[in-house]
Amino acid sequence: MAKTIQSPLPGTFYRRPAPDQPEFVADGGSVAAGDTIGLIEVMKTFHEVTADQAGSNIRFAVENEAPVTAGAVLAEMD
Amino acid sequence: MDLTGRSLFIANRGEIAVRINRAARSLGMEVVQAHSEADADMLAVKLADRAVEIGPPAATKSYLDIARVVEAARSAGADAVHPGYGFLAENAAFAAAVEAAGMIFVGPSAETIARMGDKVAAREAAIAAGVPTAPGSDGRIEGIDEARAVVEKIGYPVMIKAAAGGGGRGIRVVENDADLARLIPQAQTEAAAAFGDGGLYVERMVRDARHVEVQILGDGSRAVHLFERECSLQRRRQKVWEEAPAACLSAEARARVCDASVRLAEAVGYRGAGTLEFLYEPARDAFYFMEMNTRIQVEHPVTEMVTGVDLVAEMIRVAFGAPLELQQAEIALNGHAIEVRVNAEDPSKNFMPFPGITGAIETPEGVRFDTMLYEGYAIPPFYDSLLGKLIVHGADRDEALSRLREALAGMHIGGLKTTLPLFAALAEDPEVLAGEVNTAWLEAWLQRNTIEAA
Repeated sequence: MAKTIQSPLPGTFYRRPAPDQPEFVADGGSVAAGDTIGLIEVMKTFHEVTADQAGSNIRFAVENEAPVTAGAVLAEMD
Repeated sequence: MDLTGRSLFIANRGEIAVRINRAARSLGMEVVQAHSEADADMLAVKLADRAVEIGPPAATKSYLDIARVVEAARSAGADAVHPGYGFLAENAAFAAAVEAAGMIFVGPSAETIARMGDKVAAREAAIAAGVPTAPGSDGRIEGIDEARAVVEKIGYPVMIKAAAGGGGRGIRVVENDADLARLIPQAQTEAAAAFGDGGLYVERMVRDARHVEVQILGDGSRAVHLFERECSLQRRRQKVWEEAPAACLSAEARARVCDASVRLAEAVGYRGAGTLEFLYEPARDAFYFMEMNTRIQVEHPVTEMVTGVDLVAEMIRVAFGAPLELQQAEIALNGHAIEVRVNAEDPSKNFMPFPGITGAIETPEGVRFDTMLYEGYAIPPFYDSLLGKLIVHGADRDEALSRLREALAGMHIGGLKTTLPLFAALAEDPEVLAGEVNTAWLEAWLQRNTIEAA
């Protein structure tokens, strides 16, 4: 069964630390537990989203800069 | 001037949109409210005659999209556009686009916005009008000899700043000549590495700085001041508590900074409501101009409470070409006012944002609460955390503080974590009560104190 990474907060999801920088994790990439996979902007403050377990072949379920609700699935991985 | 039936487009959201609505109603105007997809049920939409959706939740795609906002206002048949604060309020291109589309921009001209928005141009205009600025090098310095020449004139301590730096980066405080000789070359090397530009300038270090700002109203030729506010209680450079007048000033110092501000406003042909921000150094009884904000400010209500002037209504009137009716001699200070910013943040958890659903609201009698809240309102996470502003007035500062404590004790906002407990603690603090604060005070206080959750 696929593992999921959920948004801890409502807000706007970003896949890059800054617009001119590469994505935290590329599509299909692997992560270790504790790796940052994106940012949530809530009320003009930024909060890191981390993977709580290791995984591979990551597939993002929401686009960069998309609005998300708390608990929304941001990504799935194997 | 009769504005009855004229139409005002509000290009903003939250509490300031509600405040602008109230001013427009007092003038008999029709209100068209802009809103993003995420703001369809905000209070200002409910209070408006008509509402127009201007795009997705992200502000860059709605409230900050100049073409879209202007087209929405034009299609709605608006006579004028009020930008509020933040978003496009100080965007010269927006002001120009509104006028080019045949509508009135409620604020100064695009030229004035551009001029006062440029730090160097604003400083030059201030100096030309006799407004005090922080003494320092006139532009860049090239090495230790030039730095010494500047310090000889202004005295230690000084700050060395990187010309290309910003937001506090690349700043060093220097207390003596030995440190200056050591730090100038080091700062040059670091600035070159960090910013690609080794340029430096030297400025007097302002000790024990207090934030004092002067409220201006102008009609394009004549301007008046409405005295000053003090906003020294700040967290991360954001004001959280504001007062009018500034209790730290003598009557002479107050007259000095207010008169200088009127001179600058008239020199640039200022139209609308504006604020000149200064640092005040008590030991030298000196003001240093920082910047001019060419819009209505969040903390304008404290000025309204002590002068009785409706600043938002006045800025709309002068935007429509009405001459300023207020005469300086008839604007008097009445008592003391304090505003605290009620944010959706949890002060017991390092001010973590809390975009929840609003429960029951209890507001004590006799206080002003400028807010966007209503029971059942779900606060969107996409914008800033300001929910409202609690404003109290008293015959003097002690009475205002006492009213603030009473108001905070009687104020309840269900369902949300807010900054109200922070203010309850501050309103009991001996140094706040004595007015012994500066712009660094609150950050240090927060290091020493823990706020219990409400």
